Amino acid sequence: MSKRIDVKDLDIYYGDFHAVKGVSMTIEPRSVTAFIGPSGCGKSTFLRTLNRMHEVIPGARVEGEVLIDGQNLYGKGVDPVDVRRQVGMVFQRPNPFPTMSIKENVLAGVRLNARRISSSAADELTERALRGANLWNEVKDRLDKPGSGLSGGQQQRLCIARAIAIQPEVILMDEPCSALDPISTLAIEDLINDLKSDYTVVIVTHNMQQAARVSDKTGFFNLKATGQPGQLVEFDTTQTIFNNPSQKATEDYISGRFG
Amino acid sequence: MNAPATRRARSSSTAVRRPGDILFNGASLGSAVLILLILAGVAFFLVMEAVPALTAPAEEISGGEGFFAYVWPLVFGTVVASVIAMLLGTPVAIGIALFVSHYAPRRLGNGIGFVIDLLAAVPSVVFGMWGMAVFAPRLGPLYEWLSQNLGWIPIFGDASATGRTLMTASIVLAVMILPIITSVSREVFLQTPRLHEEAALALGATKWEMIRTAVLPFGMPGVIGGTMLGLGRALGETMAVAIILAPGVFSWNFIGAGNATIPAEIALNFPEAAGLRLSELIAAGLVLFVITLAVNLFARWIVDRRAEFSGAN
Amino acid sequence: MSIQTQTPQTPQGDVQRSRLEDVEGVVLSRVRPTTGRPALLLALGALVLAVVLRLGLDMHVALALVLSFVGYLGAVYAVYRHLGGPRVAVDQVLRALVYFAFVCAIVPLASLLWTVVAQGAGRAFDPSFLNQTMNGVTGLHDQDYAEGVGPFVGGAYHAIVGTLIITGLATLISVPIGLFTAIYLVEYGGRNPLSRWIRFFVDVMTGIPSIVAGLFAFALFVQLFGPRDAKMGIAGAIALSVLMIPTVVRNSEEMLRIVPNELREASLALGVPQWRTIAKVVLPTAASGLASGITLAIARVIGETAPLLVAIGYARGLSLNAFEGPMNTLAVYAYYMFTKPLSPAVREPSLERAWAAALLLVLIVVALNLLARLIAKMFAPKTGR
Repeated sequence: MSKRIDVKDLDIYYGDFHAVKGVSMTIEPRSVTAFIGPSGCGKSTFLRTLNRMHEVIPGARVEGEVLIDGQNLYGKGVDPVDVRRQVGMVFQRPNPFPTMSIKENVLAGVRLNARRISSSAADELTERALRGANLWNEVKDRLDKPGSGLSGGQQQRLCIARAIAIQPEVILMDEPCSALDPISTLAIEDLINDLKSDYTVVIVTHNMQQAARVSDKTGFFNLKATGQPGQLVEFDTTQTIFNNPSQKATEDYISGRFG
Repeated sequence: MNAPATRRARSSSTAVRRPGDILFNGASLGSAVLILLILAGVAFFLVMEAVPALTAPAEEISGGEGFFAYVWPLVFGTVVASVIAMLLGTPVAIGIALFVSHYAPRRLGNGIGFVIDLLAAVPSVVFGMWGMAVFAPRLGPLYEWLSQNLGWIPIFGDASATGRTLMTASIVLAVMILPIITSVSREVFLQTPRLHEEAALALGATKWEMIRTAVLPFGMPGVIGGTMLGLGRALGETMAVAIILAPGVFSWNFIGAGNATIPAEIALNFPEAAGLRLSELIAAGLVLFVITLAVNLFARWIVDRRAEFSGAN
Repeated sequence: MSIQTQTPQTPQGDVQRSRLEDVEGVVLSRVRPTTGRPALLLALGALVLAVVLRLGLDMHVALALVLSFVGYLGAVYAVYRHLGGPRVAVDQVLRALVYFAFVCAIVPLASLLWTVVAQGAGRAFDPSFLNQTMNGVTGLHDQDYAEGVGPFVGGAYHAIVGTLIITGLATLISVPIGLFTAIYLVEYGGRNPLSRWIRFFVDVMTGIPSIVAGLFAFALFVQLFGPRDAKMGIAGAIALSVLMIPTVVRNSEEMLRIVPNELREASLALGVPQWRTIAKVVLPTAASGLASGITLAIARVIGETAPLLVAIGYARGLSLNAFEGPMNTLAVYAYYMFTKPLSPAVREPSLERAWAAALLLVLIVVALNLLARLIAKMFAPKTGR
């Protein structure tokens, strides 16, 4: 069910500003791919182009191709709304809808995309998604309470549950742990490890240890100087990137000799 | 929202009270209490001046049948005009607010937002003059048509040729409260957390679905507040109605001559009033005050009822 | 990293991976890509229809527009349902409604502004209008002017001065009270019972109809000075304050609340006393919002007519003393000139004065708003937003 992503010569622009230049890579299905790099190197921007979320910013555009199992996301007959149903996203800060209960939050995406859901299907999907996000046991008794009443880590897992409830092919995570404490971070990392068996997971992280812990492959983004577009410097198995990188810049960044 | 509590705990645990703190705290507290006093004063003085009319024998009141008989048609006119204005104005206002906040390009949106803020401040007397000079005459033919084709509906009775009717007043009131509701709604829509909008979009929402999922629930208390502000303004709006509406006795026909509202009645008669008539008008003002108070309490109740689910993270 | 392997096994067995559309009881609604072009074409068609209805069938403008818009909505729904599915159709219909709401509002508001400018511009900047009062001006002067025998006499000088004095006094009363109350509510009161009550009563006060505020001021001054001498400028200022204070409190409270708590905590953590934190951190951060809020409050009351009609009476000549006798303001002046022309037979000159006063009033409101923007820009914290 999870799918392979092929990126070919992707350039990203914000208006006249060239944000990311010439990225090509292949992301394998049922794997965790991590992007690391200094702030402003375009890794989050690049992540957003994988479900066309960058289009939320006026003036953003891309050149090149992103193929999911051979289908170009930027092809003529593709609607961003449909892309986003297939490529889910989890954000830097947990963002459950404050006016919805936990259950409604999980079902939010399903309700958008379904013309009709029976209540038994709703219950089933809720439980399945919450179990999938390792949250079921903690919230099963208070599904009707507001999602904003949960702890930060629980909220983030709620957001993951919401993302997987619509059964996407790919899950993108944009620094999902940057606003969480270490214990919640660990819970999320465990979860990412579990998700791998069903989904293609792509994660952007500031934390190199995290990349090393959770990912199978790692991409290192960098920019030559401020004002220059970000670039994918190196993309390889996590093992190789952390132990035996081929690029000097990668090695410097990994070993903390950066900047 | 529990941060203020921590702050208070911090300040009360401070051993040294600085003069600056005492002064600032005192001025703040004093102002706050003064507001309560002013409001009590409003109620007190109005009641005091209204008592003669409320206790006078029925035949001495205008119309000769007592204060209640005098005031209820006015109450009816006031409420009807305001409710029509609100029903017409609110959907349009929400539409404009969404247009400005989520549909129009940012620059255009900001520009329009500014113009709307301006219009919210256009004095009501100007709206009244415009309604009387430009709007009412144009509506005459429309009323003619309504009367001929939809005459079986009671509110579309014989049409007034001048257009100086309760319906015209209501529409002008709608235009007047439009900028108010829009301004408040736009503000809350713009404050919708980006994160929530993106969450909805990332789940595969269309633009409208995103608005329905993230923007409207977040903004609803604000929109209700804005609507009630608009309703309150419409209820108390004096000049536009006083200028446009040719006042008359109670009638179900909203597109013909007839009907009046409390504030217009006061404005039209106050300058020449004296003695018991003065007291009568002040008593009518008191009734208006009670009505707006009731509307306010109702709005508050609605907003509070939704509070549980509107808490920020 | 060994922790990872030791964590209790998650209920992997329960998680059945399947497509959403395969779940029993779920009917998916897919979205197909569309462009805005069909909507644009349909809109053109609807416009043509409106013109035909108006000119061809001689229908009232409002009817023609409403009919063709309803037709447009139906067509948009049908076309986009076919092209992109029901979700896209709903999305497009709502888009059409939002745009229509905007047009609906722009038309009357533009007409209003145009009318005021077109009717008022002729007289508003005439020095004789700006320098004269209505003292001694009668309907006879207007008749002479209309017949071309006499000059245009009578202006709004006294009303302009009165507006400035009364609004100024109201501002002096309202801003300190309103601002400090807002500070109390946000910085000191928190959620204690007193601030809950105050918030409640400020809400109540916001709802006070302007004419009731006028009645209050009048009733108060009747008690103080007797019914014959009750009408004076300061009574009007107090009536306006009753209207202005809640606006100032609400606007200011909102602005103070937007100031992030992190800023306050950062300042307090540096050992800055609370009042200095408020004065040096909170207020400057909120300054732009406060300024615009206060200016909007001024702009709102500067055009109030009803309470002044009741509380300050109507003066024909200049009065600089707010504590004795009737005064005049632009709004009241415009109202009287519009509804009670000096000469019922020759209304034109009085209407000219009324529109000129209205235009001046609108210009003042615009100027105040621009000023608020300017202040806001100058004090705005230097961040991206």
